Amino acid sequence: MNAESAIDLPAPVTRARTGTPLPAGIGTRDPAWARRLLIGLALAFIGLMLVLPLVAVFVEALHDGVGKYLSSIANPDAWSAIRLTLIVAAIAVPLNLVFGLCAAWSIAKFEFRGKSLLITFIDLPFSVSPVISGLIYVLLYGAHGWFGPFLAEHGIKIIFTVTGLVLATIFVTFPFIARELIPLMQEQGTEEEEAAISLGAGGLQTFFRVTLPNVAWGLLYGVLLCNARAMGEFGAVSVVSGHIRGQTNTMPLHVEILYNEYDFVGAFAVASLLALLALVTLVGKSILEWRIGRRLARGGH
Amino acid sequence: MTAAAYTWKRPSVLPGFGLTLGYSLVYLSIIVLLPLAALLLRPAELGLDGFWKAVTAPRVIASLKLSFGASAIAALINCAFGLIVAWVLARYQFPLKRVVDALVDLPFALPTAVAGIALTSLYAPNGWIGSLLAPLGIKVAFTPLGIVIALIFIGLPFVVRTVQPVLLDLDREVEDAAASLGATRWQNFRLVILPSIFPALLTGLALAFARAVGEYGSVIFIAGNMPMKSEIAPLLIVTKLEQYDYAGAAAIAVVMLIASFLMLLVINLLQRWSRRHEERGA
Repeated sequence: MNAESAIDLPAPVTRARTGTPLPAGIGTRDPAWARRLLIGLALAFIGLMLVLPLVAVFVEALHDGVGKYLSSIANPDAWSAIRLTLIVAAIAVPLNLVFGLCAAWSIAKFEFRGKSLLITFIDLPFSVSPVISGLIYVLLYGAHGWFGPFLAEHGIKIIFTVTGLVLATIFVTFPFIARELIPLMQEQGTEEEEAAISLGAGGLQTFFRVTLPNVAWGLLYGVLLCNARAMGEFGAVSVVSGHIRGQTNTMPLHVEILYNEYDFVGAFAVASLLALLALVTLVGKSILEWRIGRRLARGGH
Repeated sequence: MTAAAYTWKRPSVLPGFGLTLGYSLVYLSIIVLLPLAALLLRPAELGLDGFWKAVTAPRVIASLKLSFGASAIAALINCAFGLIVAWVLARYQFPLKRVVDALVDLPFALPTAVAGIALTSLYAPNGWIGSLLAPLGIKVAFTPLGIVIALIFIGLPFVVRTVQPVLLDLDREVEDAAASLGATRWQNFRLVILPSIFPALLTGLALAFARAVGEYGSVIFIAGNMPMKSEIAPLLIVTKLEQYDYAGAAAIAVVMLIASFLMLLVINLLQRWSRRHEERGA
């Protein structure tokens, strides 16, 4: 469909025909009232849907004063939830980092058949509901799962333990780092690595001296997003956790328990820590996007 | 590499292909493929009849209808407001623009459980917004309307982040040309700009919808979770699991999984269309 031909030509066209040049961009400038209206609508929507909930978290957390807030965070159950969240992320993120590097190296630096199918498989966890992400491990390792009887015989427990939490977290954060690295490494091409190899560098040396510095910011970006999701995941870990206080309760799960017990200050106090993590993530993300953007702009000339 | 391998892999001087691809495939199989296979095969123990009965039970149908219906409404609302936000961010200057731009990603970064309790406290009858709506007879929290609010929250970034880059890349000269030929601003938007961003807008809509259908954490707090009324499909899966009805839970999950794969297919086709559209426009 040709868009321009569909426009009927009313009076102003004579102005164009007389050859008087229009000031640059005047036709693409929106009227001031429209500009104000749209900015107002956008800000109102963002304020109502995003800022207000964020503010509510902190206001509710401080509802009974700073003292109550601090004692809610200092609670032993809250502490063990914080510790567990950090442990789970500390295992899941590095594992996905190693996978992301391996997948990106093989996919971006080599040409082989079945590549797009492989990329589709890597993206798969993003389109699976969090609840289903937990369910699949229960179906495999739970008491009535495929490997359940075998595991029970050998005294190994996965579901309702930290192992289950880690598995579910790895699944939901699976694509983050690989997805960030693959297009970035593809863009860099293979010439620099081939030059390094032909000059006698070893494989690992080439990777650490040539490839890694080129993708460092993108890598950090992927790790940041992966970590935010790993620490904040709720649905998937809720299914495999069993909610054992002090043992298999991560921070988001602890928020749920406290909330359901009507300990609102306690729930929002722990939630405020997660909200702070989200804000730190957003700031880090903006800084990295700025750096990556500048790098690409510099490399692009 | 032996000569036989050339048929599927182009030779390269770079090392480590076998090791990295091998590791990736093993890790992928253990974490993703094997567990998903377990899910797809599980409902088989019900038999075809049993599977059909499990997924057409009135409570299951009601939850699926609610999940897909609320997600569609939320995605459409996000489509409208997401377009406005993307437009404002791409075209106008205003104070704190960078902060607003960064804030758009908040739903990606904020844990869903936190979003859930925050929205519930706002829209509960005694909350900041809920207490304003209560005199008007509007109940949001613990009704399907609350579910829509939560799904708007989590779907918001998708539309903005797919439309914004396309708007930024748009060739302003075409708009200038249309304007110099006498198009009004509205004609310009409707006939020049909208057709160019339409595929991206649809992609954002589909992404927001797909995400909303599976959403759990932000919804369960505000939903009220009444069977047949405000019980979403992911919650019903959890309920069945807690009753040790593994096959029943898996059956609902399979239906949802098939739906999201279909969505993924549609999104891929849309993105391909969108790319072709851009190339033709360039």
